[in-house]
Amino acid sequence: MEDNLPVMQGAVCPIPISQHQQVVIGHGAGGVLTHDLIRNIFQKYLGNVILNQGNDAALLRMWQEIPEDQNLVVSTDAHIVSPLFFAGGDIGRLSVCGTVNDVSMLGAVPKFLTATFILEEGFSIADLEKILVSMAAAAEEAQVRIVAADTKVTEKGKSDGVFISTTGFGWVDRQYHISGQSALAGDIVIVSGPIGNHGIAVAEARGNLGFRSQIRSDVAPLNDMIAVLLDAVPNVHVLRDPTRGGLATTLVEIACQSKVTIRLKEENIPVDRDVRSACDMLGLDPLYMANEGKLIVIVPSEDAELALETLRSHPYGHKAVEIGLVESSSEGQLLLKTPLGTTRHLDMLAGEMLPRIC
Amino acid sequence: MTASKVSPESIRQTKAVMDEIRRITTRPWNIMEICGGQTHSIMEYGLDQLLPEEISLIHGPGCPVCVTSLELIERALQIAVLPEVIFTSFGDMLRVPGSSSDLFGARAQGADVRVVYSPMDAVKLAQANPEKQVVFFAVGFETTVPAIAASVLHAEKLGLKNFSILPANVLVPPAMHAILQSPDNRVNAFLAAGHVCAIMGYWQYEPIAEKYRTPIVVTGFDPLDLAMGILMNVRQLEEDRVEVENAYPKYVTRLGNQTAQSMIDQVFEPVDRQWRGIGTIAQSGLGLKAPYQHFDAGVRFDIQLAQLQESPMCIAGSVLRGVAKPIDCPAFGTLCIPTNPLGAPMVSAEGACSAYYRFHKVK
Repeated sequence: MEDNLPVMQGAVCPIPISQHQQVVIGHGAGGVLTHDLIRNIFQKYLGNVILNQGNDAALLRMWQEIPEDQNLVVSTDAHIVSPLFFAGGDIGRLSVCGTVNDVSMLGAVPKFLTATFILEEGFSIADLEKILVSMAAAAEEAQVRIVAADTKVTEKGKSDGVFISTTGFGWVDRQYHISGQSALAGDIVIVSGPIGNHGIAVAEARGNLGFRSQIRSDVAPLNDMIAVLLDAVPNVHVLRDPTRGGLATTLVEIACQSKVTIRLKEENIPVDRDVRSACDMLGLDPLYMANEGKLIVIVPSEDAELALETLRSHPYGHKAVEIGLVESSSEGQLLLKTPLGTTRHLDMLAGEMLPRIC
Repeated sequence: MTASKVSPESIRQTKAVMDEIRRITTRPWNIMEICGGQTHSIMEYGLDQLLPEEISLIHGPGCPVCVTSLELIERALQIAVLPEVIFTSFGDMLRVPGSSSDLFGARAQGADVRVVYSPMDAVKLAQANPEKQVVFFAVGFETTVPAIAASVLHAEKLGLKNFSILPANVLVPPAMHAILQSPDNRVNAFLAAGHVCAIMGYWQYEPIAEKYRTPIVVTGFDPLDLAMGILMNVRQLEEDRVEVENAYPKYVTRLGNQTAQSMIDQVFEPVDRQWRGIGTIAQSGLGLKAPYQHFDAGVRFDIQLAQLQESPMCIAGSVLRGVAKPIDCPAFGTLCIPTNPLGAPMVSAEGACSAYYRFHKVK
């Protein structure tokens, strides 16, 4: 007889609206709206056998356990970008690629991601769907599965559209010793392509440029290129993606971690013409602009040619070039040789990058 | 393209000019570049490393961020935190320390502080937000003044009651007088800033060169421009000539841009202004003329300022006058760094201390 009892959706008199065009607070309450959102929106785009089980945690089966000669690698990253959509990408693609790339920087093969969504009350469901489509495409490209996810909703004004935090898991072969501490005197520094595109693309999407450009973000998963590189050159010393703070800040970090001097040749550092002009006009320095699909590779000099050739054979690395070399020193520092033959010291980015007055 | 902005041909010519400077130099000379943009370029390309030992470059007070007085920054901070205000500024100003906070700090406390690239953007903001008061922090040398004057004239035409500026502009010639009159002056010659002269011309510099027997060469910002400017100064000094010369004729004429000048004259008039670290220099700033004074945020918002205190460690005043180098400061690079500046020259990319910190730590 219990089957005939009416369904009560909490202590509410009118039947609640279940189809919203915007995120409402109830989407985060854990009830029907939350379940509808998970089933109709999240599982629709990100669903897979593991996520769809709907348990509190993902169960990864025996065959997915870490093989004997491999180590587990974990990385986590929160993504807040304004605006959410920009030329060449969006927060969805960014949240997958960012974490996939971080896991890959130890030479690991990323396998699984988890994702947490902080949604602002009033956020458009259509935009959320666009973001999820983009996440699914990036995950497909990177060959990773999103195995656990969570959603919370804040009151309007207490967050900004959507924040996405992702955690990535992968396995790395124990033969690799890739780390920011592993750069050695005599090593060669390679970058996989022109720098600064992501930073300028986002600045343009914010309307900060005051003009239109054709610059697109380079956001991309780098794990496939890294796998190909490590197949050819197992003895890579350092892999790092120069994201926030740009190429210069990332190389200062590596120089300090490895206690070496890194000496760059300014003429060799690739910058697209449009990025160069945008930076000149705004008083910004491409060496400090963010990238989301570029790779710094530091290898022994005898492996440099093969590493370059291998990177150039990959679509994300076809403009790879050698930009400098590693020297021994007592403390970490980054030096830049200018085309005039003079040398200048490069430091980390101090706070936020500020455009100059004149 | 690469991270390098200069062509191989320009590099070759720059090296040739440097060789010529080395060939003709027989005595020590101190040359001051007034403009912070030039300081930045000199450090960026390491031009000082290519000069003979006899030539010292002294970094002048030409960073508008650095010389904006503590009092004006404090006034800006207090206006910015008013609930009805959208405070707009060029980016550099946001990190300049007042006596207790900076504009970033004000923003974190809830103030609506926005970076704009042009004062006209602030006028547009005022149109779009009629319930708000939009204030623009009018800093800069003569270079930024025409656009600021245009924004005031445009706001007047639109009849905007919710737009104002906080006038903080400063002028180059009075600063040159102040430096040359200083008893500890060491400057033998000046490089004058090409973009300032593009607007103002260089006729104003002729009486200065003559009065103080000090050569002045107008030049630009590329390595070749700067090298040529230095060479022309060294030639004058070695030949005991004193002239105002133009090494930037592509952009600069003796009379300058007279349309821009008349727009400035319509809106602004010279006033005494305090320079941070230097003190008050007579007739060295620009204030709004009587018909436009209703656009003065200093008048519109009644702000009471307490007694203001600079950091006792900071030697910014001596650095800005060219009598000390940033590395002479006990706080340089230790207590005072770009992320925690004690004085303004450590903030802007054009500030002498910041430029030294970023580019000059080569062992």
